[in-house]
Amino acid sequence: MNNYSRKRFDVLVVGGGPAGIAAAVRAAESGACVGIVDENVTPGGQIWRGGASEGPHSSEASSWLVQLKTAGVILLCGKRVFHHPEAGVLMAEGLDDVWELSYRNLVLATGARERFLPFPGWTLPNVMGAGGLQALVKSGLPIRGERVVVAGTGPLLLAVASYLRKQGAEIALICEQAAWRKLVRFAMMLIRYPEKIRQGLQLRKDIAGVPLAAGCWPVAAHGKRTLEAVTILRAGKSETVKCDYLACGFHLVPNTELPILVGCRIRNGYVQVDELQQTTVQGVFCAGEPTGIGGVALALIEGQIAGLAAAGRTSETRALFPKRERFRRFARLLDQTFCLRPELRSLPSADTLICRCEDVPYSRLREHTSWRAAKLHTRCGMGPCQGRICGPATQVLFKWNPDSVRPPVFPARVENLAAQPQSIPEVTGEPQ
Amino acid sequence: MPSELTVRVNGAAVSVPAGATVAVAMAISGQPCRSSVTGEPRGPLCGMGICFECRAVVNGIPHSRTCQLLCEPNMEVKTDE
Repeated sequence: MNNYSRKRFDVLVVGGGPAGIAAAVRAAESGACVGIVDENVTPGGQIWRGGASEGPHSSEASSWLVQLKTAGVILLCGKRVFHHPEAGVLMAEGLDDVWELSYRNLVLATGARERFLPFPGWTLPNVMGAGGLQALVKSGLPIRGERVVVAGTGPLLLAVASYLRKQGAEIALICEQAAWRKLVRFAMMLIRYPEKIRQGLQLRKDIAGVPLAAGCWPVAAHGKRTLEAVTILRAGKSETVKCDYLACGFHLVPNTELPILVGCRIRNGYVQVDELQQTTVQGVFCAGEPTGIGGVALALIEGQIAGLAAAGRTSETRALFPKRERFRRFARLLDQTFCLRPELRSLPSADTLICRCEDVPYSRLREHTSWRAAKLHTRCGMGPCQGRICGPATQVLFKWNPDSVRPPVFPARVENLAAQPQSIPEVTGEPQ
Repeated sequence: MPSELTVRVNGAAVSVPAGATVAVAMAISGQPCRSSVTGEPRGPLCGMGICFECRAVVNGIPHSRTCQLLCEPNMEVKTDE
């Protein structure tokens, strides 16, 4: 039996990225008992992974991480929330422990993941997410001298290419699916966001000399046991590029599984919130990417509003509203610029696997009319990732929408599902 | 703290930088993390603990998400399934 602990918070934050950190810091300032539960080894989320040592966000990241340290927030890292047994309680598990976390108010800052689109060969080792490869390199993967093609859509591609290049990778090509005219329009709209222009110019400098193709996307990855080359389509012509890694990301998908489990209403794929970032569930707030993909600047503002509101400091939130509106406009601009072109829906061939957990090919899925029917008949989405990878892909391919979430929201150990809280004393002090 | 440590991947010693995840050790060893239900070799995809492609048997615990797990000296890692 794993160690079973209980802890009670005034404000519990799920997710230790920028939104969660900002929420926790603001909530803790007024003396509330605040905790962050996060599945990663250290706080920072995906964007600030590896701490504040590098990247365009370094000074902002380090300032928030310092504030987090001094604010007296209790950190529960390496713990993944898997269940919501009753109102006001979440269950989380670590490697050899299970936690019953109760709260008065909850802030959900669960972030986003990359959208992956299936194409022939995409299951080969070394075909990875763009953010995925960056995360692995930050965790120690040697990349010096390796040849990388970065493909997909969105500003993340440039950030990843810049980071990998600094680590010594040779970036063979960046393929952006959006057309040049969309990128030009995007660049012109940036005039309203001087800080984004600065970041953009820095990125351009970082990747100077790297070939960047717009209106270009991968159509097949090749290799025997691992990736050897990728075929891309550019202006109607295909060409094959040799590479060691293909870093692929088709923008981001919000992590809404836990908000759905807690009962929050979803609108147009995002968690619906009011002006205080409160969801349709009383006392449950949501901030950052789950309410709309807007990046770190928007996440920090929304997180602060949610944290202040969750700690009962509503009047202090108003000053942040204009900034939030400004970055929400930027989020809409991102959506318009990097929306996926219809040609990407015809990338898979009949035998291309769509569900990587259960190895379900495209040919078996296209017989069905809904996500539920496909699940029941093919086991698509029923493996360990619970449809987190193939679900967003089938959204694009077939316009299917996943219909429900059931506990556990992540595979959990049986003994933790059966763990009983009775008569276990509450833990005091800071857990390790 | 030493700058490098050694783990075993399918029996072979692999030296990794301190702070590296188990997924990195498997990549350095050249081994795929797992074999899919139809026998395809698979490696990490998302790098953030969501896709489960990098799962492996770590110190006897199956289905460990190796991208979320730091290497410890003398860890035993085996390709899953």
